[in-house]
Amino acid sequence: MITVLSDAGTAIVEARHGRASGDDLWLHNDAVLAASGWTLKPEGLCQGEICVPVPRTDATQYLDGGEVNIAAFWRLLGRPVLHDRAGSNWVLGAAAGERATTLTSLKAPDFELPDIDGQQHKLSDYLGKRVFLTTWSSW
Amino acid sequence: MWQALYAEVKHEAFVIIAVAEESRGAATAREWIELGKPTYPVLIDTQHRVADLYNMVNVPQAVWIDEHGQIVRPAETAGAHDAWRARNRADGTLPESAATLAAQAKQTYMDAVRDWALHGAQSRHAYTPAQTRAHLALPGDNVALANANFRLGVHLRHSGNNEEGDALMMTASKLRPESWNIYRQAMNLREVGPMGFAADEAFFARVDELGAGRYYPPPDIEGFPAELGFEPTA
Repeated sequence: MITVLSDAGTAIVEARHGRASGDDLWLHNDAVLAASGWTLKPEGLCQGEICVPVPRTDATQYLDGGEVNIAAFWRLLGRPVLHDRAGSNWVLGAAAGERATTLTSLKAPDFELPDIDGQQHKLSDYLGKRVFLTTWSSW
Repeated sequence: MWQALYAEVKHEAFVIIAVAEESRGAATAREWIELGKPTYPVLIDTQHRVADLYNMVNVPQAVWIDEHGQIVRPAETAGAHDAWRARNRADGTLPESAATLAAQAKQTYMDAVRDWALHGAQSRHAYTPAQTRAHLALPGDNVALANANFRLGVHLRHSGNNEEGDALMMTASKLRPESWNIYRQAMNLREVGPMGFAADEAFFARVDELGAGRYYPPPDIEGFPAELGFEPTA
């Protein structure tokens, strides 16, 4: 079992759907969307309208039968990829440029978080209202 | 902190969302939430996702988002002031002049929030898109890597792998030393200090190193006290 943290959330990948090999994370096509927010299409790895073609020169580093090396794609996109020593917990991070582009667009990035009773709230649930989004902590 | 303002404004088109950047989770946040009895949503953000998305470095910070989901004030200090640094660390007292300054800062910020809550785009405190962009701090590659390290660190700590988790959080703090969120959360996860939060000698040494630099950079609001409120030692 492998846990993958990304902007798509926290995904648990069953052993039969994914395997870690060093700095590579191979996922079955079916597991790619939940773990990364992207999907494999004939054009390449896609999120919405954006597709990243599979590099032709070393395609086997990215695709192998029904598996996608999501870590290799992530590095290709210039995004941080981290994993623990055991290879069972991974972060597919966002690139600074992506965060900067989103912020510069001024469209407030959406998120979903629980309250103390476990009920989920999305920022976008509050569209139509002025939102004073503030942070605090106990530390 | 915001409940009195929220109750007073009571405008149907205004909501407060308070996000606890709290890697220890809901149980730790609960006692604080129950103290304040807020009637607005309080969310628990164990992995500091909001700080990542909005490029925040401390608490309290805030972002103003209009009815269309557009940012009209980017991340900035929300009502706090560096005057707290004048507190006597031996007896905990705060000089009156510093207390006055802190109160003035809080009032000025609260007044600005109230004005926007009531008047929306008509408020002089709501930025134009150009002003918002001019006030935006954009993350660099070190920030992206720091956030990934931090997130994995918190997750490993939750999974019981403290050794690797702590190391990742230390790496995150080194990559982004200006983030008090990362530094203090990492310290807090290791050990809750005698004051109930991570404010030990190392923390104060770090604060002192700021010198005349700000722990809480002042927001760009007319009338917000610009002075530090004490003589920095560094």
